[in-house]
Amino acid sequence: MSTLVYINSNNGLAKSALEAVTYGKKLGDDVTVVTCGSADASKLSQLGEYGASKVMVDRSVTANDAQQISNLVKTAADSVGATTIVFSHDLIAKAVAPRLSVRLKAGLVSGAIAVPEGNTVKVNVFSGKAFGNVKISGDKKIISLLPNSIQPEAGGSDCGVEEFNGNAGQPKIKVLETKKPEGEIPLPEAELVVSAGRGLKGPENWGMIEDLAASLGAATACSRPVADIGWRPHHEHVGQTGVAIRPNLYIAAGISGAIQHLAGVNGSKVIVVINTDAEAPFFKAADYGVIGDAFEVIPRLNEAVKKLKASN
Amino acid sequence: MKILVCISKSPDTTSKIAFTDGNAKFDENGVQYIVNPYDEWYALVRGLELKEANGGSVSIITVGRAADDAVIRKALAIGADEAIRIDADPTDAYFVAMQISEYAKSNGFDLVLTGKETINYNGSQVAGMIAEGMDLPFISLASKLDINGTTATLETEIVGGVQVVEAELPIVVSCAKGMAEQRIPNMRGIMAARTKPLNVIPAAEVDTLTSFESYSLPDAKSECKMIDPENMDELVELLHNEAKVI
Repeated sequence: MSTLVYINSNNGLAKSALEAVTYGKKLGDDVTVVTCGSADASKLSQLGEYGASKVMVDRSVTANDAQQISNLVKTAADSVGATTIVFSHDLIAKAVAPRLSVRLKAGLVSGAIAVPEGNTVKVNVFSGKAFGNVKISGDKKIISLLPNSIQPEAGGSDCGVEEFNGNAGQPKIKVLETKKPEGEIPLPEAELVVSAGRGLKGPENWGMIEDLAASLGAATACSRPVADIGWRPHHEHVGQTGVAIRPNLYIAAGISGAIQHLAGVNGSKVIVVINTDAEAPFFKAADYGVIGDAFEVIPRLNEAVKKLKASN
Repeated sequence: MKILVCISKSPDTTSKIAFTDGNAKFDENGVQYIVNPYDEWYALVRGLELKEANGGSVSIITVGRAADDAVIRKALAIGADEAIRIDADPTDAYFVAMQISEYAKSNGFDLVLTGKETINYNGSQVAGMIAEGMDLPFISLASKLDINGTTATLETEIVGGVQVVEAELPIVVSCAKGMAEQRIPNMRGIMAARTKPLNVIPAAEVDTLTSFESYSLPDAKSECKMIDPENMDELVELLHNEAKVI
C-alpha cells in the first residue's frame, strides 16, 4: 500500500500543495510526491517535512496539458505501486483526475473535505447546501482535496528528490498565451477574503477594499454583477458560476447575498456582512453583521485592523 | 461539424434540499428537474451557435430513465437536432462517462461538450472521463471556444487568470461561464421538440466505482451578531479573540 500525491509546483510550494501532502500522510501509508515543471530541488525536498518520503519530478512537462500530466502521474503510480492518488482539487486536478480514474479504473472522489473513514470520503454536494459520504468500491482510489479543508502539518525532515522520466508524450494542446496578474494571492487558497458588490457604486471605489485587504493580508473578490459589468476581473467573481471558496474569513460589503452568491462562499468559516439594507438575505448566512454604509464602515474597519496589527 | 452535448438533469436551483431513507437518498418530493444549467447555458447554447456559424448538427445525450424524457425535450426545445437517451440509472460519473464515450466513439463526433459540473453533485468528472475513454484531448473549464476549420481555439481558466490554447478536433470540452448566454426556448422550438427524434439505446456493460452512502445537512447557522457600525474596534476584537480568524 502506498500513496502518491500530485502537486503543482510551478510557482513554488502553494499552501494547497502542503495540504495535499499532509492529507496523503494522514491516509497512513508511505507518501511519494510527483510533480513537474521548474521548482528547484531544495524547495521540493521541504515536502518531506509534511510527510513525503520521496519527491519525483519530471522537468519535461511545462504546460497544463491534462494528457501529459495524466501520463506522468500514471508512470509514477506504477513505479511506486500506489493504491491511492491524492490531488488538490484545483483546475489541473479537475482535468487530470477523471482521466486517471478511467485509465486506472480507480474510484474518484472530487472535492473531499475530510480524511476518509475506511473507504468513505465526505464531500460537498448540492453546491455547498449539503454533504455527501462517497464510498469507493474498488481497491484503487483517487481523492482530490478541496483547498482550505485541512491545515498543513509540518514535523518531519527533508526528503530526497528524484528526477524521473514520466513518459508524458507530446502535448496535444498548444498554449498560445497566458494572462495572469502577478503577485496576487490566488483566491481559492486565500484564508482571508474581502469582497464587494454593486453597493460600491463604481470601480473607482475599490481602493478602500484593496486597502482593507492589504491590512489583513487578504485576497479581494467580488459578486457576479460587478464582474459582468467589468468593474473587476472575472477571476475575482465568487459564486455558483464563478469560483467557490472556503476561507477562514469572508468579509462582504455591499453584496445582498443571492442564493447563487452564497453557493460560492457558504464553506467560509466566518462570514462578516456589511450592508445598508437590514433586510439583505446575506445577514441570515452571516456570523457578524454591520448595518451601515460601506463607504464609512470599511475605512473605519481598516483603521481598527491596523490598530490590532500594530499592537501585536 | 458533428457536435455532441452531454446533458444531465438537476433539481431546480431553488429546490429545498432534503434527504429520506435515513439520509441515504435525495428527497425528490416536490422537486422540479431542469437541464443542469451549465450544460444548458454554456455547452448546449455554444454548440448551437457553432452549428449556426459552421453548419452541421447538434445531438444531445443523457444517461437516464424514461422519466427524464421531459427534461430532454426541454433541451430539444432550445434547438438541438436529436437526442439520445442511454437507458440506465446514472449511478456514478464513471458509469455515465463510459456509456457516453462508448456511444460517441462509434458515431464520429468532432466536438463533445459538457457543462463545467452539475449543480447537484459538483464533481466535474464526467467530461474528463469521456475524454480518456475516447483518448481525446480535454480542455476543462473553457470560457471561450471558436472553431476554424479543424482547429479549435479556447480560453480556459487557470489559477488566477486565463490561458489561450489551441487544439485539433476532435476534442472534449467542459464549458464554464463566458461561453454563451442563456437562450429561452420559443413556442416554435417547444412545438418542434415534440417530434424531434429521441433515440433510446440500451446501456453497455459498465462497472460502478463509487456510491453515495449517506448525506447530511450543515448545522443551522447561529444567529448573526450585529455590530454597531460606529464601533469597528469591537468587530476586530471579536474576529481576533472570539472567532480567532485574524
